[in-house]
Parts: sequence; structure tokens; C-alpha cells
Amino acid sequence: MSRIRRLNEIPRKELFTSGHSLCAGCGIPPMVKMALKAIEGDKVVVNATCCLEVATTLYPHTSWLVPWVHNAFENAAATASGIESAMKVLLRKRDGKKYKIIVFGGDGGTFDIGLQSLSGALERGHNFLYVCYDNEAYMNTGIQRSGGTPLGAATTTSPAGRVIPGKPENKKNLMDIVIAHRVSYAATINPAYPTDMWNKFAKASDLLDKNEGPIFFHYYSPCPVGWRMDTALSIEAARLAVQTRLWPVYEVDHGKIIINIKVNKPKPIEEYLKIQGRFRHLLKPENRGVVERLKKYIDNNWNRLLKLAELDSIY
Amino acid sequence: MSSWPNKWEELPIGGVVDKPGNSLEVKTGSWRALKPVIDLDKCIKCLLCWVYCPDNAIIRRDDDYVEVDYEYCKGCGICAHECPTKAIDMVEEGGE
Repeated sequence: MSRIRRLNEIPRKELFTSGHSLCAGCGIPPMVKMALKAIEGDKVVVNATCCLEVATTLYPHTSWLVPWVHNAFENAAATASGIESAMKVLLRKRDGKKYKIIVFGGDGGTFDIGLQSLSGALERGHNFLYVCYDNEAYMNTGIQRSGGTPLGAATTTSPAGRVIPGKPENKKNLMDIVIAHRVSYAATINPAYPTDMWNKFAKASDLLDKNEGPIFFHYYSPCPVGWRMDTALSIEAARLAVQTRLWPVYEVDHGKIIINIKVNKPKPIEEYLKIQGRFRHLLKPENRGVVERLKKYIDNNWNRLLKLAELDSIY
Repeated sequence: MSSWPNKWEELPIGGVVDKPGNSLEVKTGSWRALKPVIDLDKCIKCLLCWVYCPDNAIIRRDDDYVEVDYEYCKGCGICAHECPTKAIDMVEEGGE
């Protein structure tokens, strides 16, 4: 698929229809719409249990115009492995058809529950694209903390109060876990940078054509309900996450790390925290320490990425 | 299958949904409290609203100008917030 520089180069035809029940201001559909357009040719979508799954396939309706399969939280990558293996056998034995496999999973289904099946599939080297859309908690079941929830975020199972100032632990670095499998291509994508996102999907499409999977994408998916913010601020929050260096937009292309969005003058993290209700308590003076820890985490992460980006290959 | 079946006998075998994309029958526009109104004089055809709209409720016309599909718009206001020329206003539903 060709790379784009302007949004009007994106084709009009949608493969993901309106009428789904995702919340107003949800960050997931912009990515799904784009993925289905940018991944060329026939495709099969594998959907782990998540917001996207429950909201787009309320019986007897479906929002998908592509073949779609639902599976449990823990086995999205395993299902994709099976589909890919079956496709290969059919191609070998009789006139099969080649198609591309895209997996969508939430952060709960990827960071926590589905991690082992994802790891297995990445290690076996199946040719598929896995997109983890990370809304930083189990939003679908009522905002419980997940491995993807950032430090200090209030969720229903890590409520901010006298005992804890929101989630006491840092976010799990999923990209590092994926890179440890030496995948051909892994990238973080963000809705506030749509051309970058499109070009990464287009690249993934080309790599899938060349059987160079597995490919992994980590998508920053704003959730106005779970993050307790105004629905209109979804994309704004995503942009601030990049501009405060909290969410570096980078890709790992056969071991070479490239930072796609260079943030030379980061904005203060407080700008990101203050628009979200889940971080409101962090702005109180007694929680200063948590913000400092978060700042240190962001700086360490960014500096580490800069150092790794200097290497020819990290594999 | 077009709409919610009245009797279980009306279900297709296996309960399969045999019409792809039939969620178009669900008009989510009723969720809306504020509605976006586009001033096309200010529109610069950047198409950001079209890319960001979670409900495909921004229609991209042949000339790349945009209009709102009120049948599906949930009124989140992303389009109005992201519009670089502030061509989209969120106005109260039922007003005017």
C-alpha cells in the first residue's frame, strides 16, 4: 500500500460501519477504520474479548464488513496462529486463497490475560498483525486496573484515597516484551498523528505480503469514560501524551529503532494529567511524590529510547 | 436478518448474523446532546474530522468538503475540538 502525506489520499470506502455502541468520543474506531483501509487485499479480523468486540457485535448486528472471528480474552493470538496455519495448508493442498490476518486486542487482553498466547505466536513467527489498543484499564468490564494502567491512575480497583494515590505501580512496557521476541516490525501508533499511523499500517501491509510477520502495533486509545474526561478531548489527550514524552511514537524496523515524532521541547506532564479525572488527585500537594516518580519514569524511558535509536540494530 | 427477531424460530441456523455491516440499522444519533454544525466557508478540507470521527458520522463529499450524518453522530465533539479553523460548532440539540 502506498504511503500518504495528506489525509485526502486515504480511500473513502469504509469497512467498519456506523451504528456500533462504542462510547461517544471513543479512540478505537479511528484506528480500526484506518487499519482496515491501509491493510490491502483480503483480510480476516480476529478480535479478542474487549470493548471493540462487545460494542461492535451486539446481536443481531455487526459493524464489520470483513470476515471477523471473536475469541476469548486469552487466545486471540492463538486463534490467529491457527487461522494462518490453516491458510498455509489450504494453499499447499488445493487452491487456497491468501489473506491477511489482523488481530485487535485491548490492553487487558494483551498485557495481562493474552500475554502468553501472544508470546507463543510471536515466537513461532506466524504471519499476522497484532494491534493492541491500549486504553489503560479494563474499560469494558468497569474500569479495573490492568498491566497497562499508568502510575497514579485511579481505577475502580485502584481508587485514589487515603490508602493509595491511584495505581501504585508503573505501566508494563509491552513494546519491550514484544521486541524481545525479535519481531520484524513493531511500532507504537497514536491517533493524534494519523499520517504516521497510516504509513505504519501501509508498511505492515507490505511486510505481510512478504510473509515477514509477526508484526505488532501498540495503539494509544483514549477512553473518555474510563479516564473521566470530556469526550471532545480524546485526541487532545493523545496528542499531549506524545508531547509530554509519556507516549513515544517510534518503530522498530528489523531491530532498528526510529523515533518518528521527535519531541524536543516536552510539555509539562501536568498538562496531560489535569484534563483527566483519573489523575485529578495527583495535582494535590500530598501526591507530589507520585508525579515526580512519573516524571522520572518518562525521562528514563525517553533517554533510553534515544540511546537505543543510536544503535544500528538492537537485535 | 434485518432487525431483532420476534420469535426464536426466526433466528437463522446457528444464530449467525448473515448481513455484514448491518449495525447501520442502529441509529446512534439519539445518544446526542450537542450537535456539530459545520461552517463550510471556514472548512479547509483537511479531513481531520473525517479521520477522527468514531462513528463515521462525517461524510466526505466528492469535493472533499464534509457534512455531518446526524443519524449516527453521538455528539462527542472531537470534530469541533480538532478542527484547525474552528469551522465546527457544537450547538444544543433541539435549539433554534
